[in-house]
Amino acid sequence: MEILMSIMIGIVFTVSIYLFLSRSLLRVTLATLLMSHGVHLLLLTMSGLQRGASPFLNFQADAYTDPLPQALVLTAIVISFGVTSLLLVMAYRTFKVHNTDDLDELRGSADE
Amino acid sequence: MNNLVILPIIFPFVIGAVLILLTKHHKLQRIVSGISALVLLAISIYLAVVVYQDGLIVLELGNWPAPFGIVMVADLLSTLMVLLSTLVSTVCLFFAFKTISPEREKFYFYPLYFFLLIGVNGAFLTGDLFNLFVFFEVMLIASYALIVHGGTSYQLRESFKYVIINVFASALFIVAIAWTYSITGTLNMAHLAERVAELEQSGVLNVVAILFLIVFAMKGALFPLYFWLPRSYYGPPAAIAALFGGLLTKVGIYAIIRTFTLIFNHDPGYTHKGIIVTIAGFTMLFGVLGAVSQFDFKRILSYHIISQVGYMVMGLGIFTPLAVAGAIYYIAHHMIVKTALFLFAGVAQRVTGTTDLKQMGGLLKTHPVLAWMFFITAISLAGIPPLSGFFSKFPIILAGFEEAQYVISGVALLVGLLTLFSMMKIFSYAFWGEQKHTEEQARLPIGKLLLPIAPLVALTIILGFAAEPMFVYSLEVAEQIMDPSIYIESVLKE
Repeated sequence: MEILMSIMIGIVFTVSIYLFLSRSLLRVTLATLLMSHGVHLLLLTMSGLQRGASPFLNFQADAYTDPLPQALVLTAIVISFGVTSLLLVMAYRTFKVHNTDDLDELRGSADE
Repeated sequence: MNNLVILPIIFPFVIGAVLILLTKHHKLQRIVSGISALVLLAISIYLAVVVYQDGLIVLELGNWPAPFGIVMVADLLSTLMVLLSTLVSTVCLFFAFKTISPEREKFYFYPLYFFLLIGVNGAFLTGDLFNLFVFFEVMLIASYALIVHGGTSYQLRESFKYVIINVFASALFIVAIAWTYSITGTLNMAHLAERVAELEQSGVLNVVAILFLIVFAMKGALFPLYFWLPRSYYGPPAAIAALFGGLLTKVGIYAIIRTFTLIFNHDPGYTHKGIIVTIAGFTMLFGVLGAVSQFDFKRILSYHIISQVGYMVMGLGIFTPLAVAGAIYYIAHHMIVKTALFLFAGVAQRVTGTTDLKQMGGLLKTHPVLAWMFFITAISLAGIPPLSGFFSKFPIILAGFEEAQYVISGVALLVGLLTLFSMMKIFSYAFWGEQKHTEEQARLPIGKLLLPIAPLVALTIILGFAAEPMFVYSLEVAEQIMDPSIYIESVLKE
């Protein structure tokens, strides 16, 4: 199961790196979104996907899944949610001000 | 008593939250934030003194024992960093009172300022790897908002890239944390250090160490990951640029020093003396070459941040007590001097209306106090003997020669020369020569703007003349961080 997940996360990373290198503001923003998905899945996978009950004590199972990575992922999800919404607004404002979403045209220094 | 450790984090948090309610009252906002910045400075000085006298303080949050709960650890290095960060931020805040436009003040400038401080102080004081990530994000999100604050077209364009780079680095940080957790099964730094030492040497640990190095190098602007810095620091107003220039990259450097002295010290021949030293050499060289080639006041200073970050990492890479002490002294010197220089750039911009060196000139005649204060700080940056810059570079280069790292020491000496050259370029273009600003601009009073910067200039002179006690202190810091057993034992209570 871990190997399958690893391959899948690898594919997600590849796609997001490809999007990072594209020229459109929106595609780059989507890349950060996809990257965070890959990272969160990796965090869950790296701690092991062994079978066990959900981490609720009233299940009274012999073994539970590791609760720590789930807490970490939950934290990371809200952080990346906040950052992504900020990034979307910034991309929108940049588009409004510069009238372009092409990152090649958003280069150069202030005095150029 | 132990709760003292968390005060530098809780206090700005409460103040930042209160300031959100006061955004419409300019006067009140300034008074509250000014007083609380001074109180915060007092707290951090007190914390530094307490830790210096009584040793390391560990606070277990929620009374959970060490590897299971989150711990806050205040050792000599982190209290020094907290002290420096609050000092720098207080100066920048008082400078901001005079320079930030009311429109920017109205839109949550001061709350964001204090939220940035939570992140920075938290990153210095935490003893948990994931908690470090969270505090990094607190700091970064506040910095995203501050760097784009005001929303000029240049700021929007460059901040977008700044945010993207940092989001990518944060994603890699989680990857590194996930990997560490799968190898060791813990996130507490002391416990991690113990387990990494037990694992003996294994290749996968080196990979994780380098992954952490890449992440922190992106935040701390090391070669080859520094390309985002000069442009994004050009956009925001002087007070924010000075705060970022003095503070933010040093959080990355602190994280490198912490992880590579405490956790990943299993194979110093490969990680420290091999990779870190090489990176430091290239960082110093390319940073200063960028600075030499520029013709803009702020941009020269931005490139200098890169080259000086290289010195700190070089001190860590050589990895003897002398070199690490030099690196710590260098951080203290650099944070003070770099903030002052960025603020001088802001004052010069206020007078002449530009930061382009070719359109400046003759400031020495019309504003002599500014000129001489800048001159002192500039030669301190380049490392001229009676000032702090000399005594911080000397031990690093000396240790380099002692350890037979001749190439890197030669590079460090050459970079010092080029630094002096580019600072003198600023001085000769902006301060000497014909007066290019109008008579009206020449009469502009700037005494009030220089007042907040004066303590920093005084400090660089004091740190130079009081080099011995300061160096003894940084040597103690270096010895404490190079012997991680003290840290591990006081956190895990063995």
